[in-house]
Order: sequence, then C-alpha cells, then structure tokens
Amino acid sequence: MTARLALLLAIGTATPAWAQDHAGHGQMDHSKTDHGTPPPPPADPAVSGTDLPPGDAPAPPVPMPHAADGIWGADAMANSRKVMMADEGGGQRFAQVLLDRLEWRDGGYRWEGEGWFGGDLHRLVVKSEGEGKDRFESAEVQALYSHAVGPYFNLQAGVRHDSRPTPKRSYAVVGVEGLAPYWFEVEAHGFLSTRGELTGRVEGYYDQRITQRLIAQPRAELNLSAQDVRDTGLGSGLTSAELGLRLRYEIAREFAPYVGVAWERRFGDTRRFARARGADAGGVELVAGIRAWF
Amino acid sequence: MMTIDRRGLLRGAALSSGGLVLGAWTPLGANTPDAMPVVSGDLIELRIARLNRTVDGRPTRAIGINGMSPAPLIRLREGRRARIRVTNDLDVDTSLHWHGLLVPFQYDGVPGVSFPGIAPGQSFLYDFPVRQNGTYWYHSHSGGQEQTGLYGPIVIDPAAPDPVAYDREHVIVLSDHSRASPEAIFRRLKVQPGYYNFQRQTLAGLLAGRDQPAENRKHWGAMRMDPADIADATGATYTYLVNGHGPADNWTGTFRAGERVRLRIVNASAMTTFNVRIPNLPLTIVQADGLNVAPVTVDEFQIGVAETYDAIVIPQDRAYTLVGESVDRSGMARATLSPRAGMVAPVPPLRPRPLATMTDMGMGTMDHAPPRAPDPTAEQNASRRLATDDAPDHAAMDHETMEHDGMDHGAMKMRDFAAAPQMAKTPGVQTISPMPADRTGYPGQGLENVGHRVLTYRQLRALERNPDVRAAGRQIDVHLTGNMERFMWGFDGKRMVDTHEPFAFVLGERVRINLINDTMMAHPIHLHGHFFELVTGQGDHAPRKHTVIVQPGGMVSVDLTADAPGDWAFHCHMLYHMLAGMMRVVTVRPAGGAA
Repeated sequence: MTARLALLLAIGTATPAWAQDHAGHGQMDHSKTDHGTPPPPPADPAVSGTDLPPGDAPAPPVPMPHAADGIWGADAMANSRKVMMADEGGGQRFAQVLLDRLEWRDGGYRWEGEGWFGGDLHRLVVKSEGEGKDRFESAEVQALYSHAVGPYFNLQAGVRHDSRPTPKRSYAVVGVEGLAPYWFEVEAHGFLSTRGELTGRVEGYYDQRITQRLIAQPRAELNLSAQDVRDTGLGSGLTSAELGLRLRYEIAREFAPYVGVAWERRFGDTRRFARARGADAGGVELVAGIRAWF
Repeated sequence: MMTIDRRGLLRGAALSSGGLVLGAWTPLGANTPDAMPVVSGDLIELRIARLNRTVDGRPTRAIGINGMSPAPLIRLREGRRARIRVTNDLDVDTSLHWHGLLVPFQYDGVPGVSFPGIAPGQSFLYDFPVRQNGTYWYHSHSGGQEQTGLYGPIVIDPAAPDPVAYDREHVIVLSDHSRASPEAIFRRLKVQPGYYNFQRQTLAGLLAGRDQPAENRKHWGAMRMDPADIADATGATYTYLVNGHGPADNWTGTFRAGERVRLRIVNASAMTTFNVRIPNLPLTIVQADGLNVAPVTVDEFQIGVAETYDAIVIPQDRAYTLVGESVDRSGMARATLSPRAGMVAPVPPLRPRPLATMTDMGMGTMDHAPPRAPDPTAEQNASRRLATDDAPDHAAMDHETMEHDGMDHGAMKMRDFAAAPQMAKTPGVQTISPMPADRTGYPGQGLENVGHRVLTYRQLRALERNPDVRAAGRQIDVHLTGNMERFMWGFDGKRMVDTHEPFAFVLGERVRINLINDTMMAHPIHLHGHFFELVTGQGDHAPRKHTVIVQPGGMVSVDLTADAPGDWAFHCHMLYHMLAGMMRVVTVRPAGGAA
C-alpha cells in the first residue's frame, strides 16, 4: 500500500515534469559511471508503458567514430558528412545587394545601399551612400565585418572612405545595428578619421504596413561631431539631422518605388559654416525613388 | 495508380512478384486518367532524373523518378525482402530515404549519416527486410531535391489479415510545389524571413477593427514577435498538390456508393502543415504513421510534414471535395472523390488565417477573448478562386483566438536561460518558452473553434499493445530553438554546423525525450529508424509515430526504445528548418562498446 502510494505520487509529480528543473538529467553528463536508480517496479499492473515515470539513469558516453564509416569506409563518408553537417546544416553562405534608397530630389540625387556576404553569424558588409547634383557632393563607402551578438543585433567594425567632400578622408568604424523593440530598425556608428577627428551617426526607421504591400517608412538620421572640422564644414556637437517619410509600394519584395518628403537641417556651427560659404541650412524636399534588392 | 480494388491488387502483386518491373507499371484495377503507377516485385528499379511537368496548366521543372513526379507508388509486402536499385541520372548527388521504414541504418538513405549518397551516373542497391506494414513514403534527403518533386508513397501490405476492412483504397499524396528553386526559396527566407507572408497585420486592418487591437499589437511589438507568422513558405510561392495535381487540375478518385474507402494520406510537403477535411464526409482515422490505431471519427485533422494518416470514409452517391488547407490558409490542395468521372462537388472558401497567441509563445494556457476577422488586404493564392457559393462548410464559424488584452505577461521572461540548462546562449535562440504546455490535446493553430470534430494526438490509441512497456530508464530534454528574424533553427540553441555531438543512446535502452518548442512555429520532429510512443495518457497502448508535431510554445514527451543500432538522422521535417541546422545525429550503440 505504501509502495503503491509512493508510485502514484511519483507519477503525479513526473507528469508535469517540464515545469521542473531537469538540470540533474542533462543528456551529456558523462561524469557518472553507475547505472543510476532503476525506476520502481510497477506495483499496479494496470499502470504500464508510457504511464510509468522515467528513471534517472545516467546518459551514455558519446560514441565515436561514426557507424557508417565501418560499412562504407571513412574516406567514402567524409565528403557527404561535411555536406550534411555544414553545407546543409546551417553553414550556408548567402549574399545580398540592397539599394535601400535610390532617389531623386529637387534637382539632385541620393543613394544609400549595402551588399553583404556571409552566414548567420559572420558577414562582410560593404555600404555606400552619397548625394550630388551636377557632380558628387558626398560619397562614402564602408567595408565592415559584422558579427551577430544576440538574437537581434550585430556588432560592426571596419573602415570608411569618403571620396567627397574633398579633401578625401578615411576612418575606422565601430558600430551596432539591429532590430529594437517595437520593430524599429536602428544603427549607430562612430568614425575616427586618420586625422583624429571623431564623428558619429545614428539612424533609425520603422516600416508601417498600411496594406500588405503599401508601406510607410518614417526615418531619422542624426550626425554628430566631437570637434570642429573646418574643411568639411562641421561644427562640434549635433551637426545635422534628417527626417523623412517615404511611402513605397512593393510590386515585389525585391522592387518597390516610393515617394516621400525629406526634411534636412544643419545645426550649430555647422549651420553657421554652411551659411558662411553660401550653402543653405536645410529645408523640406520632395523625393521619389526606388528600393530594390537582388 | 490510385484506384485499386483489392482483387486487382492481389492479381497485380502476383504478376509482378518474381519478375523485374522496369519502367513499366503494372496497371491495376480500374484505369482512370489519374491512375498512379505502381512499382513492386523482387527488384524495383528507380531512375532519378530531371523532367518537365504541368501543374494547373503551367509547365514547370521537377526532379522525378521513372519519368514522373510524384514518384511511383512503391508497393511492398510485409515479411518479404525489398531490393530497390536507384540510379542517379542527375548531375548532382542524390539519395532516397524510406520514411518510417525500419531498415538497417546503412540503407536509411541519409548522405553523410547512413551512407555516402549516390553520385551522378551511379546506382545504389537498397536491400532490406520488410518488417512492418502500412502507409509510408520516400523522398530525397539531399539538399532541396524533396521540394523539387523527389517524393512518392509506399504502401506495405500486411502479412496477416488486415484488421482494417475496406473495399477500395486511394493514396492521397499532399505536397507543395513552387516554380522557384529550393535554393531561391531558402535564400529569400534567410534574407527576409517574412518574404512569403502576405497576410501580416496592417494599419488598414487595425482601422477596420480586424486582427489584434492596438494594445495587443503594441505588446507583441515590444517583444518583437509577429502573431501573423504562421508559415514561412506560403501560398505566395506554393501551389498545393494532391498526387501531383494542382487544385484546378482537380485530381479525382472514384468509388461506388456505400463502399468503405481507405484513404492513405501522406503529407509529402517540404514546408506545409495541412488541415485536411472532406465536407459532409466523416473521416474514421484507423492508422497514424503506418501503425494501426483504434478507430476515431473526426471531421478534420491536421497533418504535419511527413506524417501519414489512413482514414476510412463511406461516401454516398454524390461527389465530395477533399480540402487540404495550408495552416496559414494562404492556399489549398483540392481533389474530388466521386462515384463517376467528371462529377465535382462544391469547393469551400479558404478560411481566414489564424493568429498566434500567448500560448504559442510558451506562456502557458489561458483564456481567449472573442475573435476578430483577419486583415482585409491579406492575400491568398489562386486556389481561393475555386470556392463556390454553395459550399456547405463552416467557414463562417471559424474563429481564430486571441489573448486577453488585460493579461500581464511582463513578469514572464522571454529568454531566460535558467529554464534550459543545456541550452547554448547563441543568437539562434530568440525566445525560451517560460511555461511550455503539453499541447497534445490541441488540434492545431486555427482549428480550435471550427465547429466540428478535429483530431488531437490525445485521441490516438494504438490498436495493439506496445511492444515495449518498460518505464523509461532516463529522460532528456531537447529544446527546439529558433530565431525567426535571422531564420536560424536548431536544437538546444545549436545548429547542426555548430556541433557534431550526437544524441547518444545505448542499444535496448528506453528513454523519455521531452521535446520542448521554444519557438512560435510548429515543428514536425522526425527520428529515423524508430517509432516512439507519444506520452499522452494511453499507457501501454500509446500511439507510436515516426514524426510528431510539437505545437508552438508547447511540448511533447515521447518514450523511445533505442532498438536499432547505428547512426540515425533526427530533425525537423520542415525542409528549410532542417537545412538551416535543425538536425542532429542520434547514435544507438551496444552497451560498453566504443563503436
């Protein structure tokens, strides 16, 4: 009677066992060599099969070599094993070229895009952005190593080169990009030029689906500088900001034309420097462009 | 050949036994236009090659066997020997795996695990005793070839009298076909995991009072979880097939009124969970994954990728529509059962797609608020146009559920590694179910309130007593993990490429495996070379399966007798989940032996 009661209790506690901690049953625990406590014999013959609670025997050691090697030979198996374990087991590499913005605006043009190559965790990213009217006003390219540091974020480091404005500049780059709560795509990068100038850029956007294919994208970008950079017209502090709202229609996932508005403004000394050389301090523009990837 | 009366079957078996059936299928029974070829006999020749096929009138490319896709029905007999010679006429390696068959591991057909694969121009002879009977299937285990059409059904006739009485049988192979290559589909899912989802929540839906109210959207957004993420690859790329025929092709199986018709239903999809029903015709489930179960009569059942169910139906003198609706309702497979060729039945409309709930995120079970209709701009594939006005169905009664607004889940941690000690802390783990519920009594997403009987695993009871009724000597937890933003999938936070360490078992030992789904998607988990018992309160008559759906945020316990020595594949049968790394090797070795 006591044994039967104990068994019933054991069943009662084992059934919702997933709510409990199984740390003691880790399947790769090789430290024990005994065979554990065998489960109690069923006192009630009506309780059998899957109604019986499991015991706590230790896991066996992990065997090597592979069983198939003994039949077909290790050499014959080597290549197919590599394919199965890596090439078809999560180790694939992919590439994408994304033209996030290729747009026309008030007599000028602007582009921002990136290409990447790599797997789930490690990627090489090449980014480029710039703008111009009759000729390039700014043009930059970055080459970054991107490493997944969590479910949503990547740490990035590499180099950046600006061919415009002149004089040309090169930078070391460190930053993060990823998906923030509430589905905001965000990125922040710091740039240290070969001349010792420290600048930064923070960007974010949000894709608001209006329908399955019509998407409104508010977007913000802030540029910062730790010091005045007179020959590129930057003053220290917040140098410029841009807010945009673009409405795109995804004819296909890979191809979406858009229209929108962009508001741009320079701040502080940057604004003063721009005025001094006769450039405007910013304003509102209509934009039209395409977003495409392949 | 799909329409087979049993006398014809025996005649056919007699004709082909002892002979070599090469390229010529023995036509059995009535020769309907939709007849599926059968291969059987002492030596079966299968030749794998690329071919052209037509689906719903559109030409497309495929990989098939003996000139056809799906591949021919392989008919075997329990107690005989199967000798199957497979010749590879492709320019890449290939393989065939006999799904659910208990074979020596070296003939299990998984390149890199059980054998080296079959090189271009080479032949490979599979040679194994047939130790079981029932409905099974076979498919390539190389890359994405399964998606490209390299799959077919297997029927094994029992050595003893069949406990299931029937007058006629039809094999129903459900599958998903795309004109895009498997490489392209996989890449798109990697680059943009929501690429194929055109049924997401939108602002238009919010303003129209559809889907989640604003408060819930905000809450789910805070967690970076999309409740409309029901399927990865959808009707946006797939046409859903019955025996290789699209919904407009309308494959038709015939019967005589009042006959007991046995439907052998196989889900040979790459990525699609189907909800199967035949309006106005109850389905009596008599077999699951090839093994007999006590008859249970339902109106609908969910079938995961690689599962099989046999159902007995007794149709009257009228036509019926067989509907295999994709779980996300982005499209349907459709066929007709009819007493005469040319008759059709009304086709019900696609029902609204469901939304995931807190339970699907592993936050326990909870009450659900009244449903709201899905997004007004949601897109479904061409099969939606087949719906007829007179369809007698319950579409209007379909309610997807939604959690209470007011519930506070803030205290529940979404990614607490303390809940899973063996879990690797990798970017491949987006969430860990804090309270995974046993969902074997759950009919499947979108089937909670359809207004008729829907099968659950808890209703399955083995017809015969289980062969091994010992208690499990130990138990292990296997976490099904993923990151839907990176399309990474694995076990215990690790992809196949991250660890070559197998799940090790001693020959003859009995182990309880707790499959815990830490993701918001259902995973059909398949172990090669074994059946396992589902722990669903059926004692020593537990249903034995080779593939089990672990519902989102839920868990399933199975008891396994590791009785087949060798190395075996263990994986999610969603093709692109497997290719993303949701696979591991299981080793079964004698006690004390190093190898």
